[in-house]
Amino acid sequence: MNSRLSFAHAAIALAIAAFLALFLVVPVITVVYVAFTNSDGSLTLSHFFSFFHLTLMREAFYNSLYVGGMSVLISSIIALPLAYFTVRFQFRGAILIQTLGVLPLIMPPFVGAAAMQLLFGRSGSVNLLLNEWFGFSIPFMDGLNGVIFVEALHYFPFILLNLVAALANIDSAMEESAQNLGASGWRLFRRIVFPLAMPGYLAGAALVFLKVFDDVGTPLVLNVTNILAAQAYLRITSIGIDDPIGYVASVIMVIAAVVALWGSTWVMRGRDYATLQRGGSSLARRRLKPWQALWAYGWIVLVLLVVLAPHLGILLLSFSKVWSYSILPDTYTLDNYVTVFRDSSGMMVNTLLYCGIAAGLDVILGIAIAYLILRTKLPARQWLDFIATAAIAIPGVVLGIGYLRTFKDFQLPFTDEPFTAFWLIIAIAYTVRRLPYALRSCMAALQQLHVSLEEAAENLGATKNRTIYRVVVPLMAGGILAGFVTSFLTAAVELSATIMLVTAQSDAPMSYGIYLYMQSIAGRGPGAALGVIAVITVGLGTYFSNRLIRNHAASRDAQLLKTGV
Amino acid sequence: METGHKTDTGVSVDIRNISLSYGKTPVLRDVTLAIKPGEFFALLGPSGSGKSTLLRLIAGFNQCQSGTLHVGGTDITNIPPWNRNIGMVFQNYALWPHMTVDQNVAFGLEERRLPRTEIARKVAAALELVGLADFGSRRPNQLSGGQQQRVAVARTIAIEPKLLLLDEPLSNLDAQLRLHMRVELLALQRKLGITTLFVTHDQEEALSISDRVAVLDGGVIQQVGTPMDLYDRPASAFIANFVGTINVISGTVTATSSGAIFESPLLGRVPLPAAVATSGSAQVAFRPHTLSLAPPEGQTAPGTIRIAGTIAGREFLGEFIRYNIAVQGNHLIADQPHYSGNIEFLPGSAINVGLDPTQLTLLPT
Repeated sequence: MNSRLSFAHAAIALAIAAFLALFLVVPVITVVYVAFTNSDGSLTLSHFFSFFHLTLMREAFYNSLYVGGMSVLISSIIALPLAYFTVRFQFRGAILIQTLGVLPLIMPPFVGAAAMQLLFGRSGSVNLLLNEWFGFSIPFMDGLNGVIFVEALHYFPFILLNLVAALANIDSAMEESAQNLGASGWRLFRRIVFPLAMPGYLAGAALVFLKVFDDVGTPLVLNVTNILAAQAYLRITSIGIDDPIGYVASVIMVIAAVVALWGSTWVMRGRDYATLQRGGSSLARRRLKPWQALWAYGWIVLVLLVVLAPHLGILLLSFSKVWSYSILPDTYTLDNYVTVFRDSSGMMVNTLLYCGIAAGLDVILGIAIAYLILRTKLPARQWLDFIATAAIAIPGVVLGIGYLRTFKDFQLPFTDEPFTAFWLIIAIAYTVRRLPYALRSCMAALQQLHVSLEEAAENLGATKNRTIYRVVVPLMAGGILAGFVTSFLTAAVELSATIMLVTAQSDAPMSYGIYLYMQSIAGRGPGAALGVIAVITVGLGTYFSNRLIRNHAASRDAQLLKTGV
Repeated sequence: METGHKTDTGVSVDIRNISLSYGKTPVLRDVTLAIKPGEFFALLGPSGSGKSTLLRLIAGFNQCQSGTLHVGGTDITNIPPWNRNIGMVFQNYALWPHMTVDQNVAFGLEERRLPRTEIARKVAAALELVGLADFGSRRPNQLSGGQQQRVAVARTIAIEPKLLLLDEPLSNLDAQLRLHMRVELLALQRKLGITTLFVTHDQEEALSISDRVAVLDGGVIQQVGTPMDLYDRPASAFIANFVGTINVISGTVTATSSGAIFESPLLGRVPLPAAVATSGSAQVAFRPHTLSLAPPEGQTAPGTIRIAGTIAGREFLGEFIRYNIAVQGNHLIADQPHYSGNIEFLPGSAINVGLDPTQLTLLPT
């Protein structure tokens, strides 16, 4: 009995390992291999020398680091006060901040980039007004500034949400004992609160850096090509799949991502600061003095306005006929939507199909990996988690290049179509890229499930499979749903891998369609319309799934607390 | 042994030479234990003693490396948990929060593919038995801790298991409810006549309701016996200490024709009623409440050993006062019943301790 069960577990583990090897490990290793070998297969560093010999590549390298670093800095400046207000003070803005935190996530940065150009560009609305009233303008959107500005506005929630979670986890006894020993005010914050929240901040900062480094759509829409992701994409698509410089750029991107992730955990090694004790309470919330409230609300309103700018901009753009060199569009129309529904409904169907497949596979893989890790004693099972999670560090462009190279000679059976041109490869790329999120959800859900709930079922006569079917999966439903929705929605706005893997217009999903439209001035209107449709879909999806999950969770929170021995 | 209840429906449990280790850490070492049909049997031990591991092994959640397990004469060592028909009530009750009380109780019957009408009848009967007949449509999180436990019990007895296992059944209840539920559990067990094993770290719980108790420590069974056996004739200083408080004095023992003589600086020469096989160093033990205290000028009852000492400390425990008495570089604990108006000895005052030699127990070495 037991050996048969272990055999089934091992078979599932091997199947998952094979999938991850084929679609994550091998493609990435291929990219690294090509970057370090001559065409005859001998090892070499010459590609790296030629890479750094090219002025454009050196510039791209420094620019990528600069944009990544500056985006983290600007994101922090936006997020820190917001996080602090939410956790420390009693005021109605808290719920606003939480909402604000989710908002930018539902629209990818490249969608809003064009609208930001119109609002904040050299001849955009804001600068037109500034020029008219004060006679000067601010180069928000010039060159790299534009990329940094858009990315920071978009990704600061990663820092905000992580920081809020970290601050909320600090036990009030930590702060009270410091006060009891004589610390207060700024010293208290600097010596106790901030260090305790540091892991949360660093996790968020590393994620922002990673996302910015990975983003190829925003710079391209803003016409910035001298950064690494854009160069990797351009070298491979214009010079060809054999151009080693594109591979060197890819390897550097992977290294930067790994260093950022590893660095953030290395700095915090051995400092697991989850301090909230059982029965403990979070930091006390203080009442704001009137002048403090004024400052807080002022900052929030300002941030809110800027954060919503791309959303409002894209909405305006989608209804505009012509919009240039003016504060607001000159004429309004519904034509853009008509165009989009006429020409691009296939893309919407594609998005649903690819993301549905990806999210479905992700939760199946997520449940299986979580179960193998937490409920079996299979040797080396941790590696499944490790490899699946490592996908976070692989930029979409790199994964795309890896697929193109690895499967370039692979034909689909029964047809002459190359595998790299088959639409399923896009869905597989989404699956691999979003697996870490779904896996985290499933792991968390299974971890919360006390093992005695399963043992009770077995004790009453249910076999392992019956127990999974009747107890494990129903109780994980909230986590599974959360994983599905996160995977689905984030895949729906994925562009980095998409841009590498779309070979035919008919196979393109919405994200690619938006990007294509945004390439031409005339296409901006329909592009914006498609963007609005995508944002509304993603937004509604997030809202309803959140409600569903919350209802689901509320009904058993109390129970889980009681059984959580 | 006298159990005084019907034993026709219960099965015997026969644990033979079972050893189990997690990696290199041995958890159970050569455990052999026989439980009689219909017994209410306690596994008592400190945390980490292996008592829960043994219970989970009987339920099938742990695999032993060696030894066999027979229930009702059948070898079940290699049968998976779901085919054992041994009911277990978990420490945290393990009620499924996504099912109602009815659905929870029906689960095991559904897994046994019973007809729908019979399931409904058995669910109602089980809930009736634990006094929760009207709670079927509630969710577990709408119940109090005590009610949750009753549901857990109902869920387990609904499948009519041949053996009932209770893992620290009372540890999650508050003190008042604990006293109430232990009486109720015993009554239920007597009514069903089902052989029941329960794990506890609480000696009072084990002594008060079980027919027999096995004391475990370090994965080894230290002693098996009725509660009174364990209390009066502990097999070791560990057990003596674990089931209640005790004084232990070291000395030497000499075998004589009529019994034995124990000798120590503190007690002098004391005749012991029991015969011993070998002479040599030994320990005797006696319970704190068997000591009598008197002021130095007072009289000691004839036949008692008189030990002079000083009160070093005292704790007021309600029914009695526990004195810590310094005697010749040693310490004795003496419990004196408390009535209002009783004489009370103050720390620092000299005292005479009276010890009745018939209350001495020789601890095996």
